[in-house]
Amino acid sequence: MSPAYPADSVGLVQPFKLLIRQPLALDCGRTLPQHELMVETYGQLNAARSNAILICHALSGDHHVAGYHEGSKKPGWWDNCVGPGKPIDTDRFFVVALNNLGGCRGSTGPNTINPETGKPWGPDFPLVTARDWVRSQALLADELGIARWAAIIGGSLGGMQVMQWTIEFPERVRHACVIAAAPKISAQNIAFNEIARQAILSDPEFHGGHFYEQGVVPARGLKLARMLGHITYLSDEAMRAKFGRELKTAEPSYNFDVEFEVESYLRYQGQSFVDRFDANTYLIMTKALDYFDPAREYGNDLAAAFRRATAKFLVVAFSSDWRFSPQRSREIVKALVDAGRDVSYALIDSQLGHDDFLMPIPQYHRVLRGYLARVAQEIA
Amino acid sequence: MSTTLRPDLALICDWIKPGSRILDLGCGDGELLAHLAHTHNVTGYGLEIDPEKVASCVERGVNVIQADLDEGLKGFESQSFDYVVMTQALQALQRPDLAIEEILRVGRFGIVTFPNFGHWRVRLGLAGGRMPITPVLDERWYDTPNIHLCSVDDFERLCEDIGWRILDRRMLDRSHREGWRIRLRPNLFGEVALYLLQDKEPAPDR
Repeated sequence: MSPAYPADSVGLVQPFKLLIRQPLALDCGRTLPQHELMVETYGQLNAARSNAILICHALSGDHHVAGYHEGSKKPGWWDNCVGPGKPIDTDRFFVVALNNLGGCRGSTGPNTINPETGKPWGPDFPLVTARDWVRSQALLADELGIARWAAIIGGSLGGMQVMQWTIEFPERVRHACVIAAAPKISAQNIAFNEIARQAILSDPEFHGGHFYEQGVVPARGLKLARMLGHITYLSDEAMRAKFGRELKTAEPSYNFDVEFEVESYLRYQGQSFVDRFDANTYLIMTKALDYFDPAREYGNDLAAAFRRATAKFLVVAFSSDWRFSPQRSREIVKALVDAGRDVSYALIDSQLGHDDFLMPIPQYHRVLRGYLARVAQEIA
Repeated sequence: MSTTLRPDLALICDWIKPGSRILDLGCGDGELLAHLAHTHNVTGYGLEIDPEKVASCVERGVNVIQADLDEGLKGFESQSFDYVVMTQALQALQRPDLAIEEILRVGRFGIVTFPNFGHWRVRLGLAGGRMPITPVLDERWYDTPNIHLCSVDDFERLCEDIGWRILDRRMLDRSHREGWRIRLRPNLFGEVALYLLQDKEPAPDR
């Protein structure tokens, strides 16, 4: 008998690996003859195959969005939003999540074996873009027999894939939910990514990306990269509220041990990331973020890019998010309005910062739930 | 579909040509846009600041953009809408004159409604030496959102001074009816004023 999972949980889930046999021509000019994707699905695909929702993950996300893996007490990364009766309602929708190409959680990526060499891809894995991901996801949709998604949903880098979908495959997307995203990242954002990459690249145990063969991991570099990332995911206010300037001991000890609570938090987050993430994948993901700019091939006119789209849009931003600020979401909304597309925009009052897109904030979930209820009516 | 559209909104619908593109400023729960989409096949967006109402719009399938009207319409291109509508919000803005300027920049036509501060009940209240509380203006001076109330005559003077063209005007009482008294003395008997506006004539080329 299955252990007791919460009633609004999808319960025990099992990921599966799908082999995509079609060659995939990448933006960098190289072609992958075939690739594997790690996939998880929840709910039932209806007879008309019209109720499928794709969830695109962000920088460090993966296919495990909801429910529990065998023997694990930790649910998927968006479990508060995906499940029976939840905003992304698995009683109504067939939800598909995957680990993107170049990821490190089972899909073809730097830590998997390159069939041509019999060794891990490592740094030889091509730099993939959001558009490459979307094309790979379209092949996945073909495999699953989904001609058109009821909705595609993603936060942060996931939201960028959602936008890319509506431009790349307009006829395959009914609704697009773009959450805490930006039309392209700022110089400041690229700067953060560059420091993160330098931390990894300069770690002596990185070995030019061939650390697998050496039996080591560039833990220091990856940890630093993640610590930096975490600073940008939280607001100043949230850090103050969460940690203040609390010392772990009564008096300062005048050395470089962990003294302040925030140091302890960052070190913990950094360390636990090293245990689950791959340094080469981190490099690839941050580059994909930097490269993302769908307006570029439309004369830097985002509205011109969105004129290709036929989807209806929901754009959501969070007031305390400074990494992908509401202002950036308004740029997306403006381009959609200029392109004459259907769009709604909700600005969620929040405290945490960029990470709020993962939080069950009542207004956020109400808007998402309300929007998707309309989608469900439309496809019924 | 709701059949009991607020009568002032029903009058606005008379002004709007089918198939138009509309921006509704302070759209509330999206009643007007939902109705117009159904009856006039319009497209467009509502702007609304209140999170509750934003969620209501999303739930009823109306395009809504959460925004503060006092920040203007910066994000909207000039002449990009057929009609820009603002019902019962003008008097709550920091600068109503600048708001109308923006409305007529973004829309080919502007539709504006507001409570008439020249109505006899208001005058009666003020004559008694107190800020008036009427069925239409039912909040007290210190907690009302209305910071820039005006009479019909004030409004028309502003239009005249700036050169905005009044294409049509409708006056209603508080039950949203038009009576003979209103037609005779609109500034005294009209409680709600509705205007269809157009920007001033462009300056002739020299």
